Amino acid sequence: MPVSLTNSKLIYETLKECDIRLVSALPETWLVHLIRMTDEDPEMTLIRLAKEEEAVGISAGAHFAGVKSAMLMQNHGFLASINGIVSFAHLYKIPLLMLISYRGTFGERDPWQTQGGNVTEPLLRALSIPYFFLDQVEPVKKRIRQAQTLAESSLQPVAVLLTRDLMWEE
Amino acid sequence: MLRLDCLRSVYSELEHCLVVTIMGAVAAELHSLGHRPNYFYLQHAMGLASSTGLGLALCLPEQTVIVFDGDGSLLMNLGALSTMARYRPRNLVHVVFDNESLLSVGGFPTATSTGTDLEGIARAAGIPRAVTVRGVEDFRTAICDAVHGSELTTIVAKVEAAGPSGYVTDLSLLENRFQFRRHIQSLKKA
Repeated sequence: MPVSLTNSKLIYETLKECDIRLVSALPETWLVHLIRMTDEDPEMTLIRLAKEEEAVGISAGAHFAGVKSAMLMQNHGFLASINGIVSFAHLYKIPLLMLISYRGTFGERDPWQTQGGNVTEPLLRALSIPYFFLDQVEPVKKRIRQAQTLAESSLQPVAVLLTRDLMWEE
Repeated sequence: MLRLDCLRSVYSELEHCLVVTIMGAVAAELHSLGHRPNYFYLQHAMGLASSTGLGLALCLPEQTVIVFDGDGSLLMNLGALSTMARYRPRNLVHVVFDNESLLSVGGFPTATSTGTDLEGIARAAGIPRAVTVRGVEDFRTAICDAVHGSELTTIVAKVEAAGPSGYVTDLSLLENRFQFRRHIQSLKKA
């Protein structure tokens, strides 16, 4: 499977360095290595979801408990989480670190992903969610750290978009 | 059976638990009995009270977490039952007040009024213990058993579709949220 193991490792190491100890995830191709690494790490709690919106509640519970968490999901999972983001994370000022695989953009071969690709960024902007793309290796550590710092200081959701160039090896 | 009587019957048990409620009548009635810093009222995001309880219970295995859910909220996030069952924290008690109604928006009947069985769904999802209660004494017993037991439990409490005249309390959402987190952090230091 041409999902980048090297770059998945880099992302995972950064999450650990950020003291993330709980990850909620719904499987998606680009995230398989990240989910497996979380599952195999005894220091990490992995919660496999039925639907991504659950992760908003789980991360809120973790935040109340003083545990740093992250959400791993596809952009369609972000779409499925929007009510939770607005009426929990925004309403109650809950920090969320959302790592979102950015499907449906340039280079996408799966027709079913393409509509979600069109609306992801307009929706992030409409929701005033700060976001950043990761399409190169070099800024990965710094940007994920910065995203988590901002989520914790601002008590709001922050998104990191994981792109094809980072996650996929053709 | 009235929800308020159920809550009153277990009020003393709640003192040493972390409590998460859904919005509307459940939140207003618990608040009316006397707010405590260990109560968090999720005043929107229907369906996510159970997920919040799951996150709390997994992160704080030494604490007992009680979620007061409702039929309308749970029906919006039935998948949460499967996620709770998958990780089945022993310190989580999931209570569903089933009044067969979306009471706060005018009393529209939910699917439990036409036969949907939430205890059956919980059991089939893999929740280790699932019970339905119809009387206050049975409710109290079920809560005490679950709080002092060691299995994830879903308690479906069949209650009347009746509630308070209003739902807004004098506790602001953010005040509640920050107080709740601070309370938990103080427990961890103790």
